[in-house]
Amino acid sequence: MSAGRVARRSLAVIGILIVLLIIVVAGTWIWAMDYPREATIEPTPATLSILAGPIPDGPQAALLRRGRYLAVAGDCVSCHTRKGGAPFAGGLGLGTPFGLIYSPNITSDADTGIGNWTPDQFYRALTHGVDDEGHHLYPAFPYPWFTRVSRADSDAILAWLKTVPAVHYTAPGNRLPFPADIRLSLAAWNGMFFRPGRFIADPNRSPEWNRGAYFVNGLGHCGACHTPLNLVGAAERNRFLQGSNLNQWVAPDLTGNARTGLGRWSVDDIVEYLRTGRNAHANASGPMAEVVAYSTSLLTDSDLRAAAIYLKSLPASADTAAAAPDAAAMRRGAAIFSDACASCHLADGSGQPRLFPPLPGSAVAQQKDPAGLIHLILAGGRTAPTPTRPAPLAMPSFAWKLDDQETADVATYVRNAWGNRAAPVPESAAAHMRKALRLAAPLAIERNRAPNR
Amino acid sequence: MAAREKPVDVVLVGFGWTGAIMAQQLCDAGMNVLALERASARSTPVNWAPTFDQDELRYRWRDHLFQNVAYSTLTFRNNVGQQALPMRKLGAFLPGTGVGGAGIHWNGQIWRFLPTDFKTRSHNQQRYGAAAVADLTVQDWPVTYEDLEPYYAMFDKVCGVSGKAGNLRGAVQPGGNPFEGARSEDYPTPPLPMTYAPTLFAQAAESMGYHPFPHPAGNLSQPYTNPLGMQLGKCTFCGFCEKFGCGNYSKASPQTTIIPYVLQKSNFELRTDCDVLKVERTADGRQATGVTYVDSDGTEHFQPAQIVILTAFQLHNVHLMLLSGIGKPYDPKTGEGVVGKNYCYQTMGSVDVFFEDKLLNPFIGAGALASVIDDYNGDNFDHGGLGFIGGAYIAALVTGARPIEMTRVPDGVPKWGLKWKQAAAHYFLRNFSLSVHGSNYAQAGNYLDLDPTYRDHFGRPMLRMTFDFTPNDLKMSAYVTDKAADIARRMGASSVHPKPRKGPFDIVPYQTTHTIGGTMMGDNPTNSVVNRYSQSWDVPNLFVTGAGLFPQNAGYNPTGTLAALAYMTADAIKSRYIKAAGPLVQA
Repeated sequence: MSAGRVARRSLAVIGILIVLLIIVVAGTWIWAMDYPREATIEPTPATLSILAGPIPDGPQAALLRRGRYLAVAGDCVSCHTRKGGAPFAGGLGLGTPFGLIYSPNITSDADTGIGNWTPDQFYRALTHGVDDEGHHLYPAFPYPWFTRVSRADSDAILAWLKTVPAVHYTAPGNRLPFPADIRLSLAAWNGMFFRPGRFIADPNRSPEWNRGAYFVNGLGHCGACHTPLNLVGAAERNRFLQGSNLNQWVAPDLTGNARTGLGRWSVDDIVEYLRTGRNAHANASGPMAEVVAYSTSLLTDSDLRAAAIYLKSLPASADTAAAAPDAAAMRRGAAIFSDACASCHLADGSGQPRLFPPLPGSAVAQQKDPAGLIHLILAGGRTAPTPTRPAPLAMPSFAWKLDDQETADVATYVRNAWGNRAAPVPESAAAHMRKALRLAAPLAIERNRAPNR
Repeated sequence: MAAREKPVDVVLVGFGWTGAIMAQQLCDAGMNVLALERASARSTPVNWAPTFDQDELRYRWRDHLFQNVAYSTLTFRNNVGQQALPMRKLGAFLPGTGVGGAGIHWNGQIWRFLPTDFKTRSHNQQRYGAAAVADLTVQDWPVTYEDLEPYYAMFDKVCGVSGKAGNLRGAVQPGGNPFEGARSEDYPTPPLPMTYAPTLFAQAAESMGYHPFPHPAGNLSQPYTNPLGMQLGKCTFCGFCEKFGCGNYSKASPQTTIIPYVLQKSNFELRTDCDVLKVERTADGRQATGVTYVDSDGTEHFQPAQIVILTAFQLHNVHLMLLSGIGKPYDPKTGEGVVGKNYCYQTMGSVDVFFEDKLLNPFIGAGALASVIDDYNGDNFDHGGLGFIGGAYIAALVTGARPIEMTRVPDGVPKWGLKWKQAAAHYFLRNFSLSVHGSNYAQAGNYLDLDPTYRDHFGRPMLRMTFDFTPNDLKMSAYVTDKAADIARRMGASSVHPKPRKGPFDIVPYQTTHTIGGTMMGDNPTNSVVNRYSQSWDVPNLFVTGAGLFPQNAGYNPTGTLAALAYMTADAIKSRYIKAAGPLVQA
């Protein structure tokens, strides 16, 4: 081992120890800072026309069209646009377990955007997480995934970003505790967890599979949400794409697991979901609704198919044993389901595919972590409107009707009725979610007329 | 001085059914379209979430979704001899307000008119002689059923209408309406399944030689995705369509079929809480320059536009034409003038039907859940010697069992007290009502004009309605309601209470929101306000949509026909007008 590597490794260990210490000491208030991001799932017509409107013919047209397509594939706009702000001008607060990190302006503005960036600088930022001035970027920016992006693709993205109307805007400073606020701590993080590298095609797989792998693990950065993170926010490689908790949502398992993953989905099902935001199994809501609305719905079917083929090749995650639910909880849950859920999802849970998702076999319902299901029940959810399926389908909030026990009971029921199987949901999980989402207790008037109370 | 806004290609005044149709059609043709809606933005998940109670007091009786008469109303009288007074509570008709308009709270009954309905004067004159139409101001439409058929089909597909064709390209189909005009295609979705009362009705009607068929329904029998990618769900038969919004995406409305599609377009803009006061014109009056509107702060704006389209409810379109001084107002004394002429309504009769031995469960309902016969509609039967023209469909319509509105007791039961309570409880599940949905034909004394006395809060004269049923309408209603009662008796009902429409017209009890006419279309400027493309004869860059275009009303719900006319107008604007602006029909 060279002296340089030893020194780098030691620095890394020291850095990690400091980070861990801070997490332990400041735990409560750091986590309290973690609140949902502010973006909207519905792109405005103006944003849509930047992302998908015509690019006029000209000498650069092919490069710009390619660059824009790749920027859409990377879903840059979702994080780099604040609510009500200009596309790509940044300023969106990303809630991480360590605090709020604000996305920077990546419009063509020379002062506050990336108008003066060189292709070298942009490539280094994209693939190594280091900005034009040599500062480390927080891995909320998914360079651990973008590191696989090719130089040609990087150059094309920058060329197009430089055509995005300049907006003079500087995002607020990050709200991070010491020592996470010291960017040098990221050198340590990188030393421990970041593996720079380029995409290497697997010659034993089809070109389509390889194209899918390049997208899913590169610009698509699916793993940034769908792979569990360790204590300091790095992807757990041995649980690759097996699902993760994400700001009170769950990014479900994407492996071949038939209960929690994509085992029951065909390649066509995956393509339809990414194209339209809905398919026979599920509707995209929460953060995935954004991904569909701003990114995948605007990609070609052939690229979506490649991604689907790659995803369908992932081995199934291990099926974990789940405790049987309490019979009384199931009885209560069934009664609530009949009153509150059956008008859309129907009495047998079969729903109306693509409108109201069917619940038997639902992966969202059966995730190991019930947070996504509880979130949907308490706060509701909205299916991503897409160019081909613009209907603003939504599930209403039940926080004002159901208390924590009822929420837990109906979630337990949905997770275990019709052959579903997943751990029962405790009242505390619903209470925790209600608090995290800052939802009020049910209305007293609703409580007073509920039967059997 | 009104603030001048950025010019647009097209400004739409009102954003209900026809506003949504125009926005979609003209945006897809590349035009910049702005819709001005006087009230609020509304969408299915926000305004009608299925967690909300379908509260009959709030929605039906306290007018939650309807025009606010404290803000906008009209004055009414039965005839020119009376003093018209402002309506301070909605009654016979319930116009909507806000995005989606009355398309939110309608029942979803989607009909086409009969081919002969477009020739009310010439057809009846030819078959029954000049005397049959002598007392009426009915006239022929400048379009035929065949002209409109492709546009009817387009609206059917947008709504995903559930039904059974009775005439496919000229071939009569068993189980459908044999009297209807030829359809180019069957309905997009199969008919709704029938509940008990419509089933009994169909059996009785068939045994009497009539031709029952399922009512064409905008409450869908199965999930459907329309050509714009909009999705509708299967109806759950909750029984709260009419006067309510649908939270299950099952009722065709502008929100479930079109609006979210146009809201994605960068060449479309919707401005809500913007009430249009007037259509502005050039100094010579020959061209519209745009509209003046007031926003919710009370600020006036001038919105310049190449094309102005009045897409508000019929009464408001007529009002705006009169306030803007476009077209000659109708004068009943001389018979001259056209704006406000041929105001018509719908002649609604009913038969209350009670059983002792059958539980009908009427709470299983939908806005267009019915078995219907059309044997006595339009000119589907011989009117020789009857002394009237026109007709009605008879529908065993089960729209639900809203407890206040639809608790019926047989005639003779006291209006309150123990006996009423006992009868109400006993018959709640044992009754239903047959709807006798009749035509309404124009006569010289029925019209709309500006009220000389009462003004709205902008200081503008209110719209004045002068209307009564004609002897023709009342004879028709008596005749067809009688036939309906015969069918009810054949069903084995224990008591049957026919309620034909009686005069004079009473604006207080709800009848239907089908107010029509006043901006009628015709083949020349002396008999109409607009030409066959809904284009003003006087101001060729002004178009008017809606039921105001009808010269008289057929025995059907108007939405299907007014939507078809809107599609036809959009087609003419796209294919002809934008290439050569000017009159599409030479006067």
